Amino acid sequence: MKTLGRFYLFAILAFLYTPIIVMMAMGFNESPLYQLPFSFSTRWYVALMGNTGLLTAGLNSIIIAVITAVVATSLGTVASVALSRHTFRGRSLLQLLLLPPIAIPWLITGTAMLIFFYWSGIGRGMHALIIGHVALAIPYVVIVVGTGFKTIRADLEEAAMSLGSTPVHAFYSVTLPLLFPSILGAALFAFAVSLDQFVISYFLATPGYTTLPVQIYSAIRKGFTPEINAISTILLLGSMAAILIFARFAKPGENRDPR
Amino acid sequence: MAKLTAQEPPLAAAVSSSQSRRLPPWVTTGALLLPTYGWLTIAVFIPLLAMFAFSFLTATPLGNKPIVFTLKQYRAFIDQPYLVGVGLSSLLIGFWTTFVCAVLGFFAALALARATIGKTKETLLVLILLPFWTNGLVRIFSWTMVLREGGFLDYILHLVAPQAGSIGFLYTRPAIVVGLVHGYLPYMILTCYIALSTIDDAIIEAAVSLGARWWVVLYKILLPMAAPGLISGAVLTFVPVIGSFMEPRILGGRVGVTMGTVIEDQFTQAFNWPLGASLSFTLLAVVLAIFATFSGVLKRGSVA
Repeated sequence: MKTLGRFYLFAILAFLYTPIIVMMAMGFNESPLYQLPFSFSTRWYVALMGNTGLLTAGLNSIIIAVITAVVATSLGTVASVALSRHTFRGRSLLQLLLLPPIAIPWLITGTAMLIFFYWSGIGRGMHALIIGHVALAIPYVVIVVGTGFKTIRADLEEAAMSLGSTPVHAFYSVTLPLLFPSILGAALFAFAVSLDQFVISYFLATPGYTTLPVQIYSAIRKGFTPEINAISTILLLGSMAAILIFARFAKPGENRDPR
Repeated sequence: MAKLTAQEPPLAAAVSSSQSRRLPPWVTTGALLLPTYGWLTIAVFIPLLAMFAFSFLTATPLGNKPIVFTLKQYRAFIDQPYLVGVGLSSLLIGFWTTFVCAVLGFFAALALARATIGKTKETLLVLILLPFWTNGLVRIFSWTMVLREGGFLDYILHLVAPQAGSIGFLYTRPAIVVGLVHGYLPYMILTCYIALSTIDDAIIEAAVSLGARWWVVLYKILLPMAAPGLISGAVLTFVPVIGSFMEPRILGGRVGVTMGTVIEDQFTQAFNWPLGASLSFTLLAVVLAIFATFSGVLKRGSVA
């Protein structure tokens, strides 16, 4: 029974990784029409270096992900202090209100943002993308930092205050250093959420300002070369690295949220 | 800590003076929460309300066109009968994806919980969850490399049987389901695994020592105990799947017409935003109904 179980898990892993590995391998295949058998070549990576459209979109993606990580982590951490340490009426309602950005299909949120941003004059483009990405990342930050709060004893802060520390000072000198791994984890998480976001970006991007996934999508629909595989490989390895580093700060099994 | 002690005397003095004029607690709580909830209000809550309002307009208000309210967008399913078929096709893709995910995911979680230990278990869990956090679009694109005619699947087949035809099935409904299962299986494995890992070995040993066969153990103990994980996994697979548009577009080609792609078209091709808004809102109503039905299970199963 145990052997069967392990064999089955191996099959599941093969199912999960085969397409990804095939896609990555095709980026190193000579044929522009993805023809097999495989013959090794780095020509698509060389070509990618001259593809300003994809490179600009990639740079935009990274800039937006960094801004999203900084803004969402700051706002989310501050909110998490109130949600984790203060008791007040309506707290569970506020916690419930964190769910819509995660749980409602992005198609719905994305089209709603498009309508409102267009209607209110906010418009589309970089600032609209940042507003959208930060909103999607905040709930994850609050959850990750909130999990961190659960591991820190509130009485440490109280002890500091009873020894004469102000609440703000006690927070900065006692709680914040203990919370730091969670905050860093949350920032990496927000970075990954933004970097991988496609649906919202798709509705808020303009022809002049796109992100990498949006650019890849239009390439897939309008014809492409294995340069797409090359940049996709870089993107996948990048977000896998971010998540593996995140997993070192907070155990992935404990953050049970969809998407 | 040493630094803290050194600063104590002047701070203690400051505290006694500031304590008298400390702000009421609701002000600090409010100030801490305002940035986050203000942001979510502008980026998510008001847009959803705006979309609701938009769904009652006759046409996209461009330029000086007068704004006229109507209910006709919600009659779309009657006026344009093809939408009924599209809706059914979305539901069908949703059911198949959820079903395949549930079957594959339950047994994977079972194998993970009972056939592996310690470091191996942790590594396997990370390996299973890792693809989940990578770009969904790129993963769907990967499947076109495998499923297309003359793709990786055919290549493997022709290594075994050189004379065989093509078994590539890109641009079919099963291709869409395969891509979606690939996307949501890790989540189903995680929710089932969390439910199964709480099962006490002694219960199973007791059942076996009393003569229960393996299918009795499976049916009477493992399945009922994994039920909360299965249900939350199913809800959290079904909901995003019925709102998907990029997966059917890329893997389904011409047959990949779903509610998601119809809504996408209203916003990017047809510029009929009110119709797009009413379809989006109908979808949202379905999603909320599903969440409301299973809220009890979800609360226990997914929000720790």
